[in-house]
Amino acid sequence: MTASTIPAPRTGYTRHASTRSKTELFAWLFMRLSGIVLVVLIFGHLFVNLWLGDGVNAIDFGFVAGKWANPFWQIWDLVLLWLAMVHGTNGMRTIIADYAERPGTRIALQVVLYVASAIIITLGTLVIFTFEPCPVGADPALLASFCTAG
Amino acid sequence: MWSWVAHRVTGVGIFFFLLVHVLDTALVRVSPEAYNAVIATYKTPLMGLAEIGLVAAIVYHAFNGLRVILVDFWKGGPKNQRKLFWGAMILWLVVMIGFLPRHLMHVFGG
Repeated sequence: MTASTIPAPRTGYTRHASTRSKTELFAWLFMRLSGIVLVVLIFGHLFVNLWLGDGVNAIDFGFVAGKWANPFWQIWDLVLLWLAMVHGTNGMRTIIADYAERPGTRIALQVVLYVASAIIITLGTLVIFTFEPCPVGADPALLASFCTAG
Repeated sequence: MWSWVAHRVTGVGIFFFLLVHVLDTALVRVSPEAYNAVIATYKTPLMGLAEIGLVAAIVYHAFNGLRVILVDFWKGGPKNQRKLFWGAMILWLVVMIGFLPRHLMHVFGG
């Protein structure tokens, strides 16, 4: 007979070191960190665009020109665009992973998602940085007042 | 469980609006006329009501998301998750009471 090798109670056990990547942990953490920042950025965005002044009625080309003349709002909207798109894309990725059971369906949906997100992020970033507040030949009545002043 | 369902539903809705919203804003690179024409549709009564739904969804997702963060990171979070949910709902109500009359005035005049 061999001696008993049963371990003493409550000695715990050693876990195998995880060989998986840290991607899911990073995604989980990103959702929470970006979420906190997005609450501030989106509440500020809604307050300025829908609550202050004439609210939604005040929004037109001149309104956008007035905001993006200020680097503060350019950066605000840029960070908002990137964080919201990555946060939303990761949320959609999670939902696709939960409900699309066939691998083919899942991969197809994810490709559509990633392509759409990449296009929107690229387009939005280009728009913020290449915006022309006072386009040549445009009707001055539609432009911000600083285009015609002086 | 229903707070989780609502978090998903509002999240998907906000995501699709975000795609449209970046596209409509991109019209500032086309012409002032094109941008103003599309933004004018946001000022109609029907879209004014839809914006209330959008803001309600965003504010829910925001406060319930902060609740999820507290449940995950605060020691007393899991034990108080139900109280935190009602706290989030009270904050939702406060923000909506602040937003709703103001927005209705903007959209319908008065």
